[in-house]
Amino acid sequence: MKNSIGREIPEVIEGYGKTIPFAGAFTIQPAMNRQAPKVKSMHPGRQKVVDTLESVFQQIPITDGMTLSFHHHFRNGDGVVNQVLATAAALGIKNLKVALSSVFPVHETLIAHMKNGVVTSLDTNYMSGPVAKAVANGVLAAPVVLRTHGGRARAIECGQLPIDVAFIAAPAADEYGNLNGVQGPAACGSLGYAFPDAEYADHVVAVTDYIVEYPLAPISIPQCRVDYVVKVDCAGDPKGIVSGTTKITKDPVGLKIAAMAAKVIEAAGLLKNGFSFQTGAGGVSLAVAHFVRQRMEQEQIVGSFALGGITGYMVEMLEKGFFKKLIDVQGFDLEAIRSIQTNPNHLEVSANFYASPFNAGCAVNKLDVVVLGATEIDVDFHVNVVTGSDGVIMGGSGGHADAAAGAKVTIVVANLLRGRLPIIVDQVLTATTPGETIDVFVTERGVAVNPQRPELLQQLVAAGLPVKEIQELKAMAEKIAGVPQKLKTSDRIVAVVEYRDGSVIDVVRQVNQ
Amino acid sequence: MMVAADKEEEVRKIGQAGTLESNDVMITVVPGKAGSGVFIELTSIVKDQYGDAIRRTLLDVVAEQGSRDLYITVADRGALDCTIRARLLTALTRAGAVGKKGVV
Repeated sequence: MKNSIGREIPEVIEGYGKTIPFAGAFTIQPAMNRQAPKVKSMHPGRQKVVDTLESVFQQIPITDGMTLSFHHHFRNGDGVVNQVLATAAALGIKNLKVALSSVFPVHETLIAHMKNGVVTSLDTNYMSGPVAKAVANGVLAAPVVLRTHGGRARAIECGQLPIDVAFIAAPAADEYGNLNGVQGPAACGSLGYAFPDAEYADHVVAVTDYIVEYPLAPISIPQCRVDYVVKVDCAGDPKGIVSGTTKITKDPVGLKIAAMAAKVIEAAGLLKNGFSFQTGAGGVSLAVAHFVRQRMEQEQIVGSFALGGITGYMVEMLEKGFFKKLIDVQGFDLEAIRSIQTNPNHLEVSANFYASPFNAGCAVNKLDVVVLGATEIDVDFHVNVVTGSDGVIMGGSGGHADAAAGAKVTIVVANLLRGRLPIIVDQVLTATTPGETIDVFVTERGVAVNPQRPELLQQLVAAGLPVKEIQELKAMAEKIAGVPQKLKTSDRIVAVVEYRDGSVIDVVRQVNQ
Repeated sequence: MMVAADKEEEVRKIGQAGTLESNDVMITVVPGKAGSGVFIELTSIVKDQYGDAIRRTLLDVVAEQGSRDLYITVADRGALDCTIRARLLTALTRAGAVGKKGVV
């Protein structure tokens, strides 16, 4: 059957189950109660600290077929997933589902566990590197479920992603299971993506290399949700966890796009006191922040908050008074860590608070503007951030679809040509974020406005921006680069792309070799 | 009409042009034995989308120059058509497979 954006979705997908076709960004409404984890008791005098992961596996006990969850704040420095799965493999456990919020190159060992049946199912929001490639080439029999950051929180809370054991990579812990992300050698800042796991899993295990005297302060994840604390030699490699500095792009084309995106924000009438903003940590996104900041400075504008993954640049904007608050679900650099532990206006929030569509209101709903990237965008403004030009999985929504749905104005920025490849296509290979939630597409050669936003179109034209039809931009790119041939895919589904509400917006089919 | 080469020895030189930078292409032309035809060995980051187009462009340039019997190795980093043409023409020239008058 076809979903509402015309993507062919099977009614039942083997290894996934019955599908709910995507029906529009805000169509599907929840009709359930929240998931409830096991109720616990803890007698005075009992200890939570366990010496080894093996011992935790035996005490819980972890058995074949369970779902183990992990979060990705350690990014490419993560040591927890690999250590836990090595333990599972050594104990001969099979058929595990790994629910890891994002998969990085460091998780390459997953491939061996997939091949030998230790891990038979993967649930994630973003994947890059060798695991993504292996999945795209069909290493798992069951398709990977690709969610959004808000969608993962929703799935955990609504019972669609029940977790047997959540492993929390904890930069700092005390012996009774209070955790934070801001102290210790593996400090990573906010632990926001781990909050739903900690709150809803049947068993919660903190894995740390830094145990302090009780009670830990500050507390991000409290003792009342943590069953075990395991001390390992090294939970993560700081070099892979944080980057020293995040830099604005020096590429003149990137700067041109960023400057134009900033003008779009202003032309849309959003750059005024109380302005709220989200942008990624990439060079062009940061450059947009830079140009927005210049205008805020010139016009003496004080914004309300910046949201999402937080970089040093955003911290500087907070400290210099451009924004009153930062809402932080993930910190990218040392500055973000320093700020979140010292500045009361820098808030640590859960993935649920950030972006879940099924609660009484998430933070993306309060956004004026979000600036997002794309690997492809089509003439209906649907965006692909999952598959690359070779059809292989190289990313995922993360918060892309969530922020796009929530913000008043969603701006996608990209070069008209990436290498030789035109960014605008007739139909994206994999739809991640529906066009109805994208308002403006900004390239170095012009700005396209979603026809569903005629008033915005008028504002941008009035401001003298180089507004063009998206088809016109597409033709421009094809005149330079030629019309690309379409990729051929097989019928085999290697990933199911869920929209934030749990409906299926698209599937990823294996590329013909 | 262009003459493939004035002298035998000029034809046997290996000609190379281009770089492996993004949006460029490195082309190596090795003249082959008479009657061996044109053989193209293509690697490209956009082979799925433009492999056929690149081959067409290469063959067009070879035909325009009246060249025959070439082994062409192409390492493409997403070069545009005009770049591919220019790099091949230069490589052919360096291989002596283009009449000197033909190149400006």
